[in-house]
Amino acid sequence: MSTTIATPAATQQPEKKVVFSDRLVAENRLGQRLVAPAVILMLLVTAYPMLQALYLSLFRYRLTDPSNKSFVGVGNYVTILGDSLFWKDTVNTVIIMVVTVAIELVIGFAFAMVMHRIIFARGLMRTSILIPYGIITVVSAFAWQFTFSINNGWVNSWFGWLPGISSTTNWYGDHWHAMFAIMVSEIWKTTPFMALLLLAGLSQISEDMVEASKVDGATASQRLFRVILPNMKAAIMVAVLFRGLDAFRIFDNIYVMTKGAQNTESSSFLTYRQSIEQFQLGMGSALSVLLFLTVLLLAYLIVKFFKVDLAQARGEG
Amino acid sequence: MKKSGIGTWVGFVLIMVWCLLPVAWIVSLSFKSLQETSTGSPQFLPKHATWDNYKVLLGMTADKSSSHDFLAALRNSFGISIIATFLAVIIATLAAYAIARLEFKGKRLVLSMALAIAMFPVVALVGPLFDMWRTFHLFNTWPGLIIPYMTFTLPLAIWTLSAFFREIPWEMEQAAQVDGATSWQAFRKVIVPLAAPGVFTAAILTFFFAWNEFVLSLSLTSTTASRTVPAQMSFFVGPDPFNPPYSQLATASVIVTVPVIVIVLLFQRKIVAGLTSGAVKG
Repeated sequence: MSTTIATPAATQQPEKKVVFSDRLVAENRLGQRLVAPAVILMLLVTAYPMLQALYLSLFRYRLTDPSNKSFVGVGNYVTILGDSLFWKDTVNTVIIMVVTVAIELVIGFAFAMVMHRIIFARGLMRTSILIPYGIITVVSAFAWQFTFSINNGWVNSWFGWLPGISSTTNWYGDHWHAMFAIMVSEIWKTTPFMALLLLAGLSQISEDMVEASKVDGATASQRLFRVILPNMKAAIMVAVLFRGLDAFRIFDNIYVMTKGAQNTESSSFLTYRQSIEQFQLGMGSALSVLLFLTVLLLAYLIVKFFKVDLAQARGEG
Repeated sequence: MKKSGIGTWVGFVLIMVWCLLPVAWIVSLSFKSLQETSTGSPQFLPKHATWDNYKVLLGMTADKSSSHDFLAALRNSFGISIIATFLAVIIATLAAYAIARLEFKGKRLVLSMALAIAMFPVVALVGPLFDMWRTFHLFNTWPGLIIPYMTFTLPLAIWTLSAFFREIPWEMEQAAQVDGATSWQAFRKVIVPLAAPGVFTAAILTFFFAWNEFVLSLSLTSTTASRTVPAQMSFFVGPDPFNPPYSQLATASVIVTVPVIVIVLLFQRKIVAGLTSGAVKG
């Protein structure tokens, strides 16, 4: 107790790093003890299995035939990278990621603008917008599967008059129709989340700055592209990073809506099918490692893309 | 800027339709009879609304065969989600307190590790976890799902909580001590009430994750001893794969969505704050 009184508000002082007192040793130890359970759990359930995957990926290893485990080196990787199915699934995943995130950004921004300006029914709006986000992905996928079904869905009966759609359109009959249905279900569920992230960014822009540009004679589109969007770069980056990586992991929607039929498999789906359904743990582990590396690369690219952009924006401004 | 013009009104209506129409559609589907959906029923409202699907799924009819698996899965979902939430929040609170409040070696490492895990493709772990859990006899058990659910929600909980803890005026604790409170009293009477809303928000987000999780439940369980509702629903196809029991699936969907809607209705303000605080202030 005496130490706390003797050094009030010392926690924020930078100079304590110079003097390595007993109190700091104690603080250091306490801090490490408090984070230890979280760290141990994270290492045990993610880092260790990931290393295990790295190890298993070097073997031909079928769970149904464990005695026949043989070292193949990078053989699994060579097989996978030479397989057209792997590339098809990767292309599918990238298409789903790019298309859904792009559409979500546009619609989500429009939603955020509405939510930012609205002065009535704010509670109702906030509650409604959380419902698609909170709903179980599997449930949302089922709902959209019914929606697009030939005999029971409302898409064919309501939108049958549109070119390319009729009352007998089979949405699960070919690749692009099925991909469309999957992307609709993904966009429906996650646009509200995007809107919330963008709304948080929008509410941090100072009203004065927007008003000032208005007084200076900026048109609505100039205000949007020159004032509002550049000031939301950080929020947009966070949104693209989170949603992009999330969309890249797409699994639930595809599993429920098509089970991968019509070539709608994603990278995650392929990994799951190899490891769990076909017991090819060696091959599945190699896919796991590749999936993990792809996600890392994506994260790096997204962050780098926005950083470069930010520097440019600063240089111009 | 703050005015509601005609555009805002139109936007409001569009957002409401976007969020609620598909939900209204599942609710409507859940009141259609099995006969109606098996012959094809594209109209929005049921021809003859019926409670039959709810009665069958909740075990209120003589035939318990279809309710048994669903109710078991519902029990697993509740048990596993609540236990995982409880444990994850305790562990995350300790870690977030240390991160927000204390200086220690490895702090940045913990935060970057949490970030890496938040981005982790969960499906990349199902193979090795499947293998590990069979060795440790955790396959198809409650702990077998609780442990990974805790782990995967820790990053979000730690980020949300440490963003929240940083806002707490910790000097008040010392002020209370100067006024004669013991350090435990100061912590309990001053800090705990201030920290409670943040802890609560983290708990809601964790519960959402566990309630929603699909791929681990699908991979790490084999029977209704531990399978949760999302995975159970994917097995719920009925005798004819080309004609699944649409209305019963819709009913199951409504039943598992009700807890989520109730939580959203009660705590919408906190959920929005929690979702955005970690991301924006992070």
